[in-house]
Amino acid sequence: MASRLHPLLLLAIALAPALGATAKAEALAPFTVIGDGIPDSLTGKAGDAAHGRALVLDRASTCILCHSGPFPEIRFQGDLAPNLAGAGNRWSVSQLRLRLVDASRLNPVTIMPSYYRLEGLVRVGQGWRDKPILSAEQIEDIVAYLATLRD
Amino acid sequence: MRGIGAIVSALLLVSASAGEIPQQQRRSGYSFMAPDTKAMQDDDTSNPGMLWVLDGEALWNKPIGTANKACADCHGGAKASMKGVAARYPAFDKSLARPVDLEQRINLCRTAQQQAPALDYESHDLLALTAFIAHQSRGMPIAPASDPQLEPFLARGRALFMQRQGQLNLACANCHDDNWDKHLAGSAITQGQPTGYPMYRLEWQTLGSLSRRLRGCMTGIRAQAFSYGAPELVELELYLMSRAGGMPVETPAVRP
Repeated sequence: MASRLHPLLLLAIALAPALGATAKAEALAPFTVIGDGIPDSLTGKAGDAAHGRALVLDRASTCILCHSGPFPEIRFQGDLAPNLAGAGNRWSVSQLRLRLVDASRLNPVTIMPSYYRLEGLVRVGQGWRDKPILSAEQIEDIVAYLATLRD
Repeated sequence: MRGIGAIVSALLLVSASAGEIPQQQRRSGYSFMAPDTKAMQDDDTSNPGMLWVLDGEALWNKPIGTANKACADCHGGAKASMKGVAARYPAFDKSLARPVDLEQRINLCRTAQQQAPALDYESHDLLALTAFIAHQSRGMPIAPASDPQLEPFLARGRALFMQRQGQLNLACANCHDDNWDKHLAGSAITQGQPTGYPMYRLEWQTLGSLSRRLRGCMTGIRAQAFSYGAPELVELELYLMSRAGGMPVETPAVRP
């Protein structure tokens, strides 16, 4: 079977994993930080706030491990970081976006992970390498939800 | 003057909260537990770790290997000979020119003295022997050896503890030095004091080593966990034991 394939195709198949990794590493959408925020959506579209709420409550996104918030259905919430209630009053959409993308730009010693950053990380586990913690779509959905959290 | 005093004390507070835990504030994971989990550890008839200790005692007295020797043939009764040993491990091994933990010491004895195959990490027999030996130090203060040969390894362990790593970019110190009075979701963070290993963890439903616990934490921050037996794990264990100096050994501890 393999002998019938064109040599160039074979080369492409052999290189595919490497190319895939490179593509993933470069998959971050470009963004521009202005002041203490990122004014433009990472996806060019507004996020889905309902989906954003589900993401915040999902432990895999890691938010509620540290934060608490107006989530009466969640029994265990963290107390390492501020309560998310009123986040939409405290921060603009632009400010919320930068806080999720890379909070370390605002506070270099913060314990909040940078959810959309690949460089400057040490000993990242194999399954997580070259991937941001959240995708651009997920960040936009969460930003849209947090903006609705008004006191 | 008052203003300067306030600034100085504020700075001191900052450095205390973002640094190592002062001796008088050191707390075992035991003190963070619910009363029923504490009771399980306190009563030897309900502490599941005691099953491993009993198996370890049988293994201690059983001749094995080409040499057909038991631990007891060289070391005699463990009650006397092993008392305080776990409290000062990891210790420097001259032949390897680096520190080894208790599990590695047992395997060195097996291969060199008993001429028996090394036991796998986290195998029942290795955990049983380790628990039996460490149990002989129960109640004794952790007393890290002041061996100058250990210093570079200790320094590397401390640096690892302070280094941010993994996709979540967190250092051990971010949680276990700076936020041990808080909660990750519903769970107490604790100070990460290694007072009771090997210990029975309810989440594991079995006994496990300090290496296993450290690997679990590394996976939690989405870092590539060091392999069992890796020098880095022993260096971290060495730093953790020195950080817990003076705290009583609890082996076998019970933890959630």
